[in-house]
Amino acid sequence: MRYTDEFRDKTLAQGLAAAISAEADRQKAYRFMEFCGGHTHAISRYGLEDLLPANVRMIHGPGCPVCVLPASRIDMAIRLVERPEVTLCVYGDLIRAPGSQGQSLLRAKALGADIRMVYSTLDVIRIAEQAPSREVVFFAIGFETTTPPTAVMIRIAEKKRLKSLSVFCNHVLTPSAMQSILENPKIRNIGGAAIDGFVGPAHVSTIIGTQPYELLAEQFGKPIVIAGFEPLDVMQAILMLVRQVNEDRYDVENQYSRAVRREGNRRAKDEVSQAFEPREQFEWRGLGFVPNSGLKLKRAYARFDAEARFAMHELRVADNPACECCAILRGAKRPVDCKLFGTLCTPETPIGSCMVSSEGACAAYWTYGRVRDDQVRRTS
Amino acid sequence: MSVQGYQRKLDLENGRVDLSHGAGGRAMAQLISSLFHRAFGNEWLARCNDQSAFDVATGKMVMTTDGYVVSPLFFPGGNIGSLAVNGTINDVVMSGARPLYLSASFIIEEGFPLSDLRTIADSMGAAARGAGVYIIAGDTKVVERGKADGLFISTTGIGALAHGFDLSADKAMVGDRVLVSGSLGDHGVAIMSKRQNVAFQTEIVSDSAALHDLVAVMIAAGGAGIRVMRDPTRGGLAATLNEIAHQSGLGFRLQEAAIPVKAAVAATCELLGLDPIHVANEGKLVAIVAPDLADAVLAAMKAHPLGRDAADIGETVADDHKFVQIATSFGGGRIVDWLSGEQLPRIC
Repeated sequence: MRYTDEFRDKTLAQGLAAAISAEADRQKAYRFMEFCGGHTHAISRYGLEDLLPANVRMIHGPGCPVCVLPASRIDMAIRLVERPEVTLCVYGDLIRAPGSQGQSLLRAKALGADIRMVYSTLDVIRIAEQAPSREVVFFAIGFETTTPPTAVMIRIAEKKRLKSLSVFCNHVLTPSAMQSILENPKIRNIGGAAIDGFVGPAHVSTIIGTQPYELLAEQFGKPIVIAGFEPLDVMQAILMLVRQVNEDRYDVENQYSRAVRREGNRRAKDEVSQAFEPREQFEWRGLGFVPNSGLKLKRAYARFDAEARFAMHELRVADNPACECCAILRGAKRPVDCKLFGTLCTPETPIGSCMVSSEGACAAYWTYGRVRDDQVRRTS
Repeated sequence: MSVQGYQRKLDLENGRVDLSHGAGGRAMAQLISSLFHRAFGNEWLARCNDQSAFDVATGKMVMTTDGYVVSPLFFPGGNIGSLAVNGTINDVVMSGARPLYLSASFIIEEGFPLSDLRTIADSMGAAARGAGVYIIAGDTKVVERGKADGLFISTTGIGALAHGFDLSADKAMVGDRVLVSGSLGDHGVAIMSKRQNVAFQTEIVSDSAALHDLVAVMIAAGGAGIRVMRDPTRGGLAATLNEIAHQSGLGFRLQEAAIPVKAAVAATCELLGLDPIHVANEGKLVAIVAPDLADAVLAAMKAHPLGRDAADIGETVADDHKFVQIATSFGGGRIVDWLSGEQLPRIC
């Protein structure tokens, strides 16, 4: 397939793997966090870890929108969709994400709730137009990549005077989460698992550009390489990180130059700032409450805000105490370090959100990496 | 069937199924005779009994049953009717048996267009005749509007096994080759292209086909060297191989580069965040074949129109975990697992 095969070329991959092996200092351990679920997926899907030397280890970060959504927000959505007048529109795998009591939107749907899976916010507009008597709520989740489509949807809804459409906003901001990971000294050094650099977001960076990461790299002295989601992108980014570490540099470098510019996508950013403003704080599964890390609708668009419209109360629920999602999302532990992994917590019966989405660190390990870890366990 | 005294001919152009068509009276008799019997026409149905008697061959017989609830009912390359007949035949022939008879039970939603029902019944008749099997028993029920998604069909298939032939997934052995009969994911992608919320244009049509003839040439070439055959329908190749792994207690090692996938299917899956090896097929089979006969069987498959793109994609290995492992085209390795529920598109 053109435009994808070029980025999955085995010979080039072997060349990059050889370069990484040659340049990585054998006396040193390199621990790089790929922030995005898209990278985690590529690493697992193409078996990239098999191509890396033993002293270069990837840590799966919190960049999966379903994974970081706290159970309380799922609970709020379930409570909302129990109202008979509400039709809830959701993206893909969010439908299986577990709430605090193991309930999910999928189960709510089986009990009769009106939940629709959508591929685009334009689907939400269509649903609202077709059923004007329903309260159509879009369960908006995701990082900066999925925020502009929500903003555009609100603009269209306003233009079309769609009074029955609203948004349950859970959009979050990447740089704040990266900062939260780096700022916590406990996390930085649990079991010596510090992070030596980041494979930075692909799609998110097409929107926000590379500029927002510059302060982080400088402040924490960590190299960040923005990389595409294709396997060769990830390999090349790892090589660039190895070089930065070797040279004691901590720059923001852009491997994904075919899609990302320093200033990002102005038009998309304008759409977002038209409709949204930062929340004081937002809860992340695994990171807790992170200041300025989430978005809410601006006052001018309050009529589209489902939280206000339906007087949705913020819920507080504790995560399962045995679940290590928290440490895994921060790179402090690996999925196999969790007692629940593969026993109580499987993709069929997820306890933590890391097991829910195929991008989640635990689900990726479960699906693609079990043999490798099993071999590690047997030999250790 | 010669029930006289219908007040009016069934309006097969503009008419709709109503509750009377399932009520056991004249309307139902009229529907059965002028639509189903006409489409399936055979000596058993012509007798109009509540059951059909048929001769039994000596040796073993096989029986399978299946339900069809596909949406949409019409898709590029077929409809629910041809799908039901082909799918049931395939389940019979995967045992190595010759397919003989089918039954079909229809659950029809009130208001369903008679013209659509006729098209579906006609394509069932054509598919059955094409495979030399007879639909010899049937049932019709009509349910109120809203209680079925247009039409559900459930089928039973019966076939006869040649003497001494007994394929079963637990017969796979270490070192056997894994053959697939052609490109994967065509049916699933064709169906998805017509679903309301993701409709897109594609040249891909469903691969729905009866595989009895392909199986016959394979058996002629490989005989008892063919240990297992299965059609990778729902859950795709990944689910089928995981099932076989569990039944046989073995693992699989596949070469991703050898797995045939059409460019348009690969592109669609890329776009929707799906993996072609999890996508459904309706006219493909997977065969686990003894290594010394694999080349002969593969050559026989390739010489058959339904096996033109057949490929040897890997082997069975000893593995306590019964993992299906794949060497990626990129040079790494991964496990191919069952799906957890439906394959859902990724968000990022």
